[in-house]
Amino acid sequence: MNTADTAHNEGPSAFAQAAELELRHVSKRYAGQREPAIGDLSFTVPAGEVCVLVGPSGSGKTTTMRLINRMIPISGGDILLGGRSVLTRDPKELRREIGYVIQQIGLFPHQTVDENIATVPRLLGWPKERVSARVHELLELIDLDPEEMRDRYPAQLSGGQRQRVGVARALAADPPLMLMDEPFGAIDPINRTRLQDEFLGLQEKVKKTVVFVTHDIDEAIKMGDRIAILREGGVLAQYDTPREILTHPADDFVAQFVGADRGLKRLALTRLSELKLIEPNGRRADASDGAQRVPVQTSVRDALSIMLSANGDPLTVVDDDGRVEGLFTLGLVEQLLADDAAAPPPGDGSAQAEAQPASQGRPV
Amino acid sequence: MALAPLIAAGPVIAAATEPVIPNYAAQSSSCEIHNDLFCGSWVSHNWGPVLWPALRDHILLALVAVGIGFVIAMALALAAHRFGWVERPTTAVTTILYTIPSLALFELLAAPVGLNVYSAEIALVSYTLLILFRNILAGLRSVPTEVLDAADGMGMSRGQALVRVELPLALPSIVAGLRIAIVTIIALTTVVYVIYNHGLGVPIHTALGEGPFKTELIAAGGLAIVLALFADGLLVAIQRLLTPWARARTG
Repeated sequence: MNTADTAHNEGPSAFAQAAELELRHVSKRYAGQREPAIGDLSFTVPAGEVCVLVGPSGSGKTTTMRLINRMIPISGGDILLGGRSVLTRDPKELRREIGYVIQQIGLFPHQTVDENIATVPRLLGWPKERVSARVHELLELIDLDPEEMRDRYPAQLSGGQRQRVGVARALAADPPLMLMDEPFGAIDPINRTRLQDEFLGLQEKVKKTVVFVTHDIDEAIKMGDRIAILREGGVLAQYDTPREILTHPADDFVAQFVGADRGLKRLALTRLSELKLIEPNGRRADASDGAQRVPVQTSVRDALSIMLSANGDPLTVVDDDGRVEGLFTLGLVEQLLADDAAAPPPGDGSAQAEAQPASQGRPV
Repeated sequence: MALAPLIAAGPVIAAATEPVIPNYAAQSSSCEIHNDLFCGSWVSHNWGPVLWPALRDHILLALVAVGIGFVIAMALALAAHRFGWVERPTTAVTTILYTIPSLALFELLAAPVGLNVYSAEIALVSYTLLILFRNILAGLRSVPTEVLDAADGMGMSRGQALVRVELPLALPSIVAGLRIAIVTIIALTTVVYVIYNHGLGVPIHTALGEGPFKTELIAAGGLAIVLALFADGLLVAIQRLLTPWARARTG
């Protein structure tokens, strides 16, 4: 099918496309309202990254997303997808190039899984065989057995399966950009975590540019390569990596929004495998020493929690085969927090943010 | 006048011993002579000359009425779906039409249109409109907003969304309207004979003058009932065929 045009792409050849998204001084004003719904929004999402839009209700997250595929007309500024203004595009053509996932999923109840996923390829007039092959490929990608699932109707799927079909449908025509509006918002917490993990695994393969809307800061930290925190009136409070936002919140609003436990949240971003663990120091760290064992993939936050319930004793970190990698101690946590705090603050070019000063809502 | 036959058809309780069906050349069967409750031989003798033509005309009258009514109601419902203001006046007019007593409507139409198939169909069509319009519009409006949002967000045009998403999902409600309409119209077509001497109303009317001989009334009335039930069943079957997803449930 399509040719891979990025060297780092390890996934199937059909998932080669991703495009940079740039918002330039975007604003949205509704007739008869004094305050703009979106102030003066500028940020860039590099190709292949997940940008999470997060903020309280009324901050214009969904509006911003819908400005991108022109489901809501823009009032000012410009939006560039792959360097090309979306305003010059035919809205229907543009939307067929942008994957679209919403919280209620919106699968067509009268169409089978197969027909649902085939929606955009059919709109684009792909030949039958190509559509069929693509549906098969996508079902495998989302871990649904094509033979078993193809002919089912949405009513015959579980909530999680429906959500995955919704994602597959959005990916069908290999769009360079995906818009996801609270895609896991209506799923119970356990399945939600699983779907989040699945999506992150999927994103590893397809490497799309993703704009992901949520009101849940924990989900934002987990899913985002970058997070855009919006405040009321659609003003960008901070645009940065999750680690930077947790370490150096731009202002009180951001600090309050990410929560008082932002130190703990930061710990959740790091896995034990990324730490320089303490050498076992001659001790034979096997089952006989009584120390609690944790897998090396455990997050520092979870490890800390385990350690606290084990009276603060050091934990033995083991790899997949049960071999001892080292010891995890309270000192390592202190060290990690100190390192983060010492890291350079945002705005040094590492993030392509144009974070607005938090207090001002600019007139359009 | 058009109403004359009705009045002339006043109930006559004839003596049970007098045969109602003239016994020409002594050809009558015994059930005809004795006015049995139901006389099978009368039915078989009169199927060709009386009952079948009446049934055939009845089917045609009802089908044409529902067909034309459906086209008009669909156009009005699509207009109302797109332009909300269409709904009120359409509902008002079709409701008024629906409430006019059928005999009065026939009389009203007889003068300008004449005693013919046109006035018959105009009357019948006018009775389908309210039912069909309401059901089609309700069906179109029952499509979940998130489904429409997804269709829009994936780049379907209005027409594509209508044909591929809205109409299929409105189908159960549309068929429900068609079922009520066809059953109503099949019943109503039995009084069409007042202005247009066709359909099962003709033998039913004749039977009203046959006093104790009930076979024709039972046969013609029964045909109207069976026809209505058959049409209803056929629509249910068609709906099942066209909406396989409605039967698909978790399992």
